[in-house]
Amino acid sequence: MNITRLDKARDLNFKRQVEEESGQNLSACYQCGKCTAGCPSAGVYDRQVSQIMRAVQMGLKEEALKNRSLWLCLSCSTCSARCPNNIDVAAVMETLRMMARREGWVQDRPMETFWKAFLDTVKYTGRSYEMGVMAGFMARTLRGWGNVEIAPTALLKNKLPFIPSVIEGREEVARIFQRYAEKQKRS
Amino acid sequence: MKYAYYPGCSGHGSSVEYEASTRAVCNALDMDLVEIADWNCCGSTPGHSISHELSGALAARNLLQASKTGADCVISPCPSCSSNLKIARWRMQNPEFKAEVDSLLDAPTPANAEGGADLMETYSVLQAIVENVGVDAINRRVTYPLEGIKVVTYYGCLLSRPAHVAKFDDPNNPVSLDNILKALGAEVLPFALKTECCGAAMGIPDVNIPGQLSGRILETAKAAGAEAVVTACPLCHMNLDLRQRQAARITKNKPFELPVFYYTQLIALAFGLPEESMRLDKLAVNPQPLLDKIAERRAARVQAAHDEARKAAGVAS
Repeated sequence: MNITRLDKARDLNFKRQVEEESGQNLSACYQCGKCTAGCPSAGVYDRQVSQIMRAVQMGLKEEALKNRSLWLCLSCSTCSARCPNNIDVAAVMETLRMMARREGWVQDRPMETFWKAFLDTVKYTGRSYEMGVMAGFMARTLRGWGNVEIAPTALLKNKLPFIPSVIEGREEVARIFQRYAEKQKRS
Repeated sequence: MKYAYYPGCSGHGSSVEYEASTRAVCNALDMDLVEIADWNCCGSTPGHSISHELSGALAARNLLQASKTGADCVISPCPSCSSNLKIARWRMQNPEFKAEVDSLLDAPTPANAEGGADLMETYSVLQAIVENVGVDAINRRVTYPLEGIKVVTYYGCLLSRPAHVAKFDDPNNPVSLDNILKALGAEVLPFALKTECCGAAMGIPDVNIPGQLSGRILETAKAAGAEAVVTACPLCHMNLDLRQRQAARITKNKPFELPVFYYTQLIALAFGLPEESMRLDKLAVNPQPLLDKIAERRAARVQAAHDEARKAAGVAS
């Protein structure tokens, strides 16, 4: 059994910070569990969304931030739609993911790599490029072989073009990414 | 009405049939689409998962390009694109957030009286069709009704969620697609998983997640007696159609053989538009048996009406 000494572990600043960044009132959560009941990823989560909400309320920063669930969230917003107290739970999950990243606590590398591979195609061409995302992800992680199963149909139906669509303003888009990266370095 | 049109990246790749049928249907409904010049990717889920400011800046460039079209609003067929563009504008009503986004752009976005960004609003093409054209107008345009084929409508996550930003239809039990399909002459079956997530782009790192979730959606649709699934999202479509065999394998089912259409393809069919405006050849699960069924029922109905008319004429003479 895990015993947590609240007088030692509690960080109420953390709760306030989550509330500020997500714009949500965490005190409104009365732990009914509807978010967890409706969550399509509940089966693969290592910590359920209602447990994460409780951890934030209690100011338990590590409990709230060090879990794979934040990366396995599908951003479907079912939790937000079902919350009887109108908390945008999905927005809280997204805020926590960003805070965890800032702490260097990314708990699911493949998902993070997929997102970066996707954004890389946008950075270089101005648009996302399905084939490039898949190739980039597989090259970096040596994972994603499950996708090979759909390749014959996708190729037969010519659903995944080999040539990316490149926009004229790609340098303008690249500058957005560049300024973002510089800003990240400064903070 | 004039619309600034944002096709979205998948329209050039995995969902060319959605793109073709959307344009054809909008044209048939006298919606004037002007494609946003040199639009860029909205950043999709990876964008907002990494940073709201980055996602906002990618959206803002598009919305600034859109203002050059002279249209009243932006529309996009893709729920993820329309949701991203909409949320970016909504967040940028906050002057602090606007300033963060502006610092990533070549030039700042124009401000409104409250200090928020003065940008165009975005809607899904579905919302524009339902609210600006109307289901009655669709019904009047039907020349080739769908003859009561049984369908379930599948909305996915983002068309009406998050509700406080989307402000469209019901976040738990949407009905806009149902109403359209009924107007086309299909029988719409009650379906509990209308807005249950298909697994989204999780298939790239792990095929088992969309496999399980989409498998359950297809399994339930089949058990309800559906002959087809109708959707409005390119990513949902990929998981339900292109990955359908994979979903059946992962959920230990026999192949579902359940055709999955974009709602615009079925509008085009019912409007009697030419094949190149539907691109049914792009679907992974063969829709031909169902199309034949519609044709057979139509022929039988026309024949029955003809016989009835002759009988009536015979009695009269």
